[in-house]
Amino acid sequence: MTELLQQVINGLSLGAIYALIALGYTMVYGVLRFINFAHSDVFMLGAFTAFYSSRAMGRWGFASGGFLGGLLVLVISMAACAAVGILIERLAYRPLRKRSTLTVLITAIGVSLLLQNGGQMVFGVNPKAFPNIFPSQTFKLGGLVINSNQLVVLGVALALLTALHWIVQRTRIGTAMRAVSFNATAASLVGIDTNRIISFTFGLGSALAGAGGVLYGMNYPSIEPLMGNSPGLKAFIAAVLGGIGSLPGAALGGMVLGFVETGVSGTRWSTYRDAVAFAILIGILLFRPAGLLGRNRIEKV
Amino acid sequence: MVSIKSFPDTALPAGEVVSEETFPVCKTDSHTKVPTSTRKAEKPAFPLPWLFLASRAGRPSGTLVLKPEQPNSLLMNRSSLLPGGRSLSVLGAVIVGSLALTLVGCKQEGGGGGGAAAGTEPIRVGEYASLHGSEATFGQSSHNGTVIAVEEINAAGGVLGRKVELITDDNQSKSGESATIVKKFISRDKVVAVLGEVASGRSLEAAPICQTNRVPMVSPSSTNPDVTATGDYIFRVCFTDPFQGRLLAEFARKSLKATKVALLTDVASAYSAGLAKYFREPFEKNGGQVVIEQKYTGKDKDFRAQLTAIKAANVNAIVVPGYYTEVGLIVAQARQLGINVPIFGGDGWEAPELIEIAGAENLANTFYSTHFSPEVKNPLIEQFVAAYKTKFGQVPDAMAALGYDSAVVLFDAIKRAGSTEGPKIRDALAATKDFPCLTGKTTLDAQRNATKSAVIITVKDGKFKYLETVEP
Repeated sequence: MTELLQQVINGLSLGAIYALIALGYTMVYGVLRFINFAHSDVFMLGAFTAFYSSRAMGRWGFASGGFLGGLLVLVISMAACAAVGILIERLAYRPLRKRSTLTVLITAIGVSLLLQNGGQMVFGVNPKAFPNIFPSQTFKLGGLVINSNQLVVLGVALALLTALHWIVQRTRIGTAMRAVSFNATAASLVGIDTNRIISFTFGLGSALAGAGGVLYGMNYPSIEPLMGNSPGLKAFIAAVLGGIGSLPGAALGGMVLGFVETGVSGTRWSTYRDAVAFAILIGILLFRPAGLLGRNRIEKV
Repeated sequence: MVSIKSFPDTALPAGEVVSEETFPVCKTDSHTKVPTSTRKAEKPAFPLPWLFLASRAGRPSGTLVLKPEQPNSLLMNRSSLLPGGRSLSVLGAVIVGSLALTLVGCKQEGGGGGGAAAGTEPIRVGEYASLHGSEATFGQSSHNGTVIAVEEINAAGGVLGRKVELITDDNQSKSGESATIVKKFISRDKVVAVLGEVASGRSLEAAPICQTNRVPMVSPSSTNPDVTATGDYIFRVCFTDPFQGRLLAEFARKSLKATKVALLTDVASAYSAGLAKYFREPFEKNGGQVVIEQKYTGKDKDFRAQLTAIKAANVNAIVVPGYYTEVGLIVAQARQLGINVPIFGGDGWEAPELIEIAGAENLANTFYSTHFSPEVKNPLIEQFVAAYKTKFGQVPDAMAALGYDSAVVLFDAIKRAGSTEGPKIRDALAATKDFPCLTGKTTLDAQRNATKSAVIITVKDGKFKYLETVEP
């Protein structure tokens, strides 16, 4: 029983990170109908920004191991990633706005490779040890062990999900985002600056990826420029699983994937972890092609 | 001379007629030039390595020079190496081969490598290494050690009166790269022997290529037994996993007094899976019990699920025969989950990054076995440690020592062989007996493995500390 509960906690903290990254994929897809493959590398940049900014803060005598210092590092990383996301959209995707989705998709892969290899040049290829940016402590509840980092991951993920939901559902710009997602041409006809909305969407998605990177680094303190590959792919699966284009779907998909992976890893069949994750994806897509919470859209030919 | 090359640098300029200078296909004493106008310069050479190699094999363009006793099979061999562009390369090889047959009666000799003529030209040795990526610390240390060996031998006048040129290529710790690199070494750089690798998985990729081309390969620190089992041209200067596994099993039973242990194995690594197997057999024979075996895949970051299951199994110790990147995370996560039993593993642990990633306090009560400790008193070691410190500004680790040893053992063999021909070097290597090395006296047995002592290291206050030496 204790073991099971412990695995639930492990699954939650892994799922929360997948969910955060998946949100970025799904948001960009919702608005632009294409998969931003560079998203997982923005995630990597988030981890590295946190790595360097917490170092710099340490040099200026700022306590980066404290709670406030940790939050500051998180905010810096999110801001930096938002800027990078907007820049990528402006330079790489906007000039191709009127081209076919395939062109943009391949460009996205190009940007992803650029960031990965650029990262290898700038940061070096060897894994770096991620600093403790939040005070780390371990809590024991009976046989259960919860690390404060896991709590921070869960807390931050929940707070960001709520904030995102509020932005998309309650604010003017969120309404505009939904309008662009619904029909970009019609949205621009009623006076919405689609370019601005798309930039905002990229910024928001990339900030979430940045936060995901920082949380991932805290939980698994070894970061390297190719670290985005595996969680990026998993988050993409999570987004598809939950129904790509749907925000609650991405969060749900991330959690499901986190639980499945932890559940399988804890058994004798730990090597089949990815196989089970993919099998579930295939199963869900067979019976619900739009994903768990996705809506079926009829394509007009 | 030490030069590091990579593919893009060595790619051919497009459409250039290749001269004998750039590509000594084979050289002759009498310089019989055979003009061939059959094929002008090939279409643009693509920078893709395999395509490029393919077009190279079938390249009788420019000047073709043949040497009577040079085996034309060399060219054939080379084409058979190629993974792609088959039709082109086969065609090329056939043309070259038939030309050679009609013009000169070639005598088969069957040796690869050693293609370059003797004289004052440097002896080329190829080294494929993990200079970047997940095992970069190992690769770089090993490479540094090799570099020191090469510099020492060149300062002492070289081997057989010729300087040694080390050609190093980086496989970035990726699978698939080593094979390509070694193919290039043999077909293009004409190396007399190959040194590499720290990771067994990647040595296993390169070994068959060296074997088929009869180019001796000396692995500094691949401990998986399959590496040298590839064939009689593959050697190693370190102990093997069966020995290391037996030693760890003994250490667990005697020093740790453990009866119930958990295994956490990296299934994606030949080294890890092998060491786990060789630990389990003697351990269970001695009354120990592997209660639970959990698995992970290299590059994984989350081990909490596996560790939670291990925690529930209530073991005396955990064996993690993996590499430091993952081991660091495993140790940290185990301690976070409140698992305080000893954790131990093999030589894959040894890297300063282990302490950075795991955190010094988490590494209390952890142990690993390895080949060498700079703390051991021995004039050879002291001299090497001093040279290494001057050149690289740090204390050498086991990988550096083995990198050095692999090179000196090879140079000694070339000296004794009195030749740079593959088969002769091979025979000399096989006859290596009691050669003084940093990691102990080296004798290569019939299985081309070295038998030598091991040391157990523990981590104290964030520093690696020598614990004991274990004789085979």
